Amino acid sequence: MKNIFFIVMLLSTQLALGQKYFSKTGKITFSSDAPMEKIEAQNSSASTALDVPTGNIEWAVLIQGFKFEKALMQEHFNENYMESSTYPKAKFKGKIDNVKDVNFSKDGVYNVTTTGQLEIHGITKPITSTGVIMVKNGVVSAKSNFSVLLADYDIVIPKLVADNISKTVEITVDVNYQPMPTQ
Amino acid sequence: MMNIRKLLSLSLFLAMTLSISAQDDMLSMLEDSAITEYVSGSFKTDRVINLHSLENTAAGELDIKISHRFGFINGGAYEFFGLDQATIRIGGDYGITDRLMVGVGRSSYEKTYDVFAKFKLLRQSTGARKTPFTLCVLGTTAVKTIRPSDPTRENYFSSKLYYTGQIIIGRKFSKAFSLQLSPTIVHRNLVETAAEKNDVLALGVGARFKLGKRTSLNAEYIYVLPDQLAPGYRNSVSVGFDIETGGHVFQLHFTNSTSMIEKGFIAETVGDVGAGDIHFGFNIARTFNIK
Repeated sequence: MKNIFFIVMLLSTQLALGQKYFSKTGKITFSSDAPMEKIEAQNSSASTALDVPTGNIEWAVLIQGFKFEKALMQEHFNENYMESSTYPKAKFKGKIDNVKDVNFSKDGVYNVTTTGQLEIHGITKPITSTGVIMVKNGVVSAKSNFSVLLADYDIVIPKLVADNISKTVEITVDVNYQPMPTQ
Repeated sequence: MMNIRKLLSLSLFLAMTLSISAQDDMLSMLEDSAITEYVSGSFKTDRVINLHSLENTAAGELDIKISHRFGFINGGAYEFFGLDQATIRIGGDYGITDRLMVGVGRSSYEKTYDVFAKFKLLRQSTGARKTPFTLCVLGTTAVKTIRPSDPTRENYFSSKLYYTGQIIIGRKFSKAFSLQLSPTIVHRNLVETAAEKNDVLALGVGARFKLGKRTSLNAEYIYVLPDQLAPGYRNSVSVGFDIETGGHVFQLHFTNSTSMIEKGFIAETVGDVGAGDIHFGFNIARTFNIK
């Protein structure tokens, strides 16, 4: 009996330690500036989770959920470039390297560096980006922007429209986290 | 004692795996949010070849279409394989909403004007709400304005009118293959002989096979139920390619139909494929955003 009690204790401490934050309404925007055409899209339903003690951070977003101003551009994005029926999601799995510098219980703006693996179009590549974590009245939010090279993710631009599409894309992520309920 | 020790180690092991898996897949508990994803890109444009496809022009988009059918290729070198003659339709399709589109057109064949409206009742989707196919309804009206062959006879305006009602049921089966059925009724207010029916029932079939990301092979066939048309009229059959280049879609095809509107290619096709009565033709579609 004693042992079982000990195990239960062990399990519950583990859960209590693991303070986590999550959101299902993370905002991801990307834009690419080219001489001919500005391409811009936004997705406001990215899922993300942040584990405070380890600094582990994850993102997942449905490619089909990116909204463009031009419907035709959106169709081409899904059909021709991202092949979203084959690769429905983009994912990021990584770590905030300096999570120890962030005091989640004290208001402030903390600069952070994140390293991890970014998966787009079925291809996973390591990526490092900088961003900020903001704590205000107990609400945690995060922001970052970085750029990716389309060729790294095997996204091919046909020669015919090569002048219309920039070879790099600027990505911005922006989220207000909520504490994850403990189970 | 042994049992308790075993239980302890087992529980420890379980606790460890649990915590590992929790770290491994933090997002798993956030999955399956209620999102319905509509299937897009079943066809490159809102026509298969002559038939309307299950696609609509998106809200606020104007799709200008310029279509040509040249003469029969069996005209030989003298007729430059039909390229000496051309039948033209110039038209515009506009999306009022993502589900409702309207269009107008003017064909050189019998100087015909046409208008139509197409509405998507069901959209093929996955995710929260699953719909296995897309269902559209199409209504068209055409008015023939060519001067009557016999001006001494009384020619009513209503005699120049044609109507079409069509249901489009289609599905994108895979990234590369889409298929649709188009049961259709064409109503002609006036027909040439008493033996011809005013109402013509037909079943169209259209398919797309994607060859590359931006090209596809399209085919369509329209079966007209027997004993409705005068002898000499045939079923419409067309094969062609779609080539997409950003804002344009080029559709190049071979067809035995001269007309590019429903009442014409369904009920007035005369080309005998076996005898080489085949037109080369194209539709060029250019989309403009005018939201």
